[in-house]
Amino acid sequence: MQKPKGHINYDDTVISIRGLRKSFGDLHILKGVDLDLFQGENLVVLGRSGMGKSVLIKIISGLLNADSGSVNVLGEEVTNIAEKTLQQLRLNIGFSFQNSALYDSMTVRKNLEFPLVRNHKGLRRAEIDNAVETVLDAVGLSQTINQMPSELSGGQRKRIGIARTLILQPKIMLYDEPTAGLDPITCIEINDLINEVQQRYKTSSIIITHDMTCAKQTGDRMAILLDGQFQRQGSFDEVFATDDDRVRPFYDYNFIQ
Amino acid sequence: MDNPNSTNVHPQNKNSIVRGLTDMFISLYKIYLFLAKFFKEVFLPPYEWNEVMKQMYQIGVRSFTLITFTGFVVGLIFTKQSRPSLAQFGATSWIPGLVSIAIMRALAPLVTALIAAGKVGSSIGAELGSMRVTEQIDAMEVSGTKPFKYLVCTRIIASSIAIPILAIYVGFVAMMGSYLNVLAGEGTSFTTFMAQVFEPLSFVDFEASLIKAIFFGFTIGVVSCYQGYYADKGTEGVGKAANASVVTAMFLIFMEEVIIVQVAGWFR
Repeated sequence: MQKPKGHINYDDTVISIRGLRKSFGDLHILKGVDLDLFQGENLVVLGRSGMGKSVLIKIISGLLNADSGSVNVLGEEVTNIAEKTLQQLRLNIGFSFQNSALYDSMTVRKNLEFPLVRNHKGLRRAEIDNAVETVLDAVGLSQTINQMPSELSGGQRKRIGIARTLILQPKIMLYDEPTAGLDPITCIEINDLINEVQQRYKTSSIIITHDMTCAKQTGDRMAILLDGQFQRQGSFDEVFATDDDRVRPFYDYNFIQ
Repeated sequence: MDNPNSTNVHPQNKNSIVRGLTDMFISLYKIYLFLAKFFKEVFLPPYEWNEVMKQMYQIGVRSFTLITFTGFVVGLIFTKQSRPSLAQFGATSWIPGLVSIAIMRALAPLVTALIAAGKVGSSIGAELGSMRVTEQIDAMEVSGTKPFKYLVCTRIIASSIAIPILAIYVGFVAMMGSYLNVLAGEGTSFTTFMAQVFEPLSFVDFEASLIKAIFFGFTIGVVSCYQGYYADKGTEGVGKAANASVVTAMFLIFMEEVIIVQVAGWFR
């Protein structure tokens, strides 16, 4: 499926990263990363496993601390931010986890309500129900409202995970391997959902993936993380118009073999 | 020739000792930070009373059957085993007083805490550990829902309240077990038995027992939440968190028992 054109505002940078470094002991993961995400853009981050892609979005969301460098998200410097400001900032960031991270002791309804009722005190029951039904409708899973996460398929869990982030109407979406472990048809459905979220909720997104079909179908721009830095950035065709042995295998493995 | 009194240590052993000590101090510092965070968060609104009640109910339900059975058996057996020694001095009438001192001062809070450490501690450690390794805690964090307050503070408060209540209940059930044996042995009436039970007890006994149970409950809550909240290394980490919750909590409970008995002795 062809990716619908997003309304990208290149004058408005929602995430700006400069010189970001992160190490775990002697293992240097990010070695001076520079990256911009523009308003309304879907940016796909590609890279080998263990190259720090997930670390990057965990730093953006404040789950991990950077060693040095600057990470500016919606005008707030995440590397040096007060706890209360970070809490407020997080309401504008949706994080879709690789394994969905649904609260397995709660029904789908409770999973969706949880961030809403805890962040917006004093909401009436009708308002909460309406918000839950709206996001469930957006991900096409209204019938699962009373099911437990253990009763859902992998694709459904991904969708509910995305719905749970959408209920707070975030400005930025961070997708950590949204199609990992799913069958091709479900992958296409998730890709469509990512595009639909971009159009409907006017979000700017970073999509971490190894799946080139997902990258091609959802990304307005690609960035390849190699050796701790972004080596190539641009459109899908621009990024893969290279003989670089570190880049070509991503394309060849998915589209030739 | 080697000096037998020399304290020379092989460099490799020296390194592992240093590493062990360093790890221990890092762990102590982490626990200090964990406790500091608890005391900072627990007094600030919003207060999660619904979740505290839910957790108290869970703790009570999880331990109720085992605690009832154990309490009853402890009272019954303790009475039965004490009788021959006291009978040698013709002092079987002292049995209710002796049993009440043993149960109210020591056994009720201790037995409750040890059972709760096994049942509740392992359950909290595994539950939070599982939530940590499946990124559910991270998901709460990034949605601005303060998981520490919701998951940790509530469980520590719940166990600090529920375990003293359970300890009082165990004391009652153990005395019923004791009465059953006394009734069979001496045919003492319930009224006389209860009068003899309360005679040697002072307010300090109840107070010390209750304080002890609160400390035990707090310890079980803190240890199991700490182990679960900071679990890592996947499913293996969950098992380790559950196991460490029980072992560490039991060890600390015995330490606290010794200290509180000493301190209560000064006031008695």
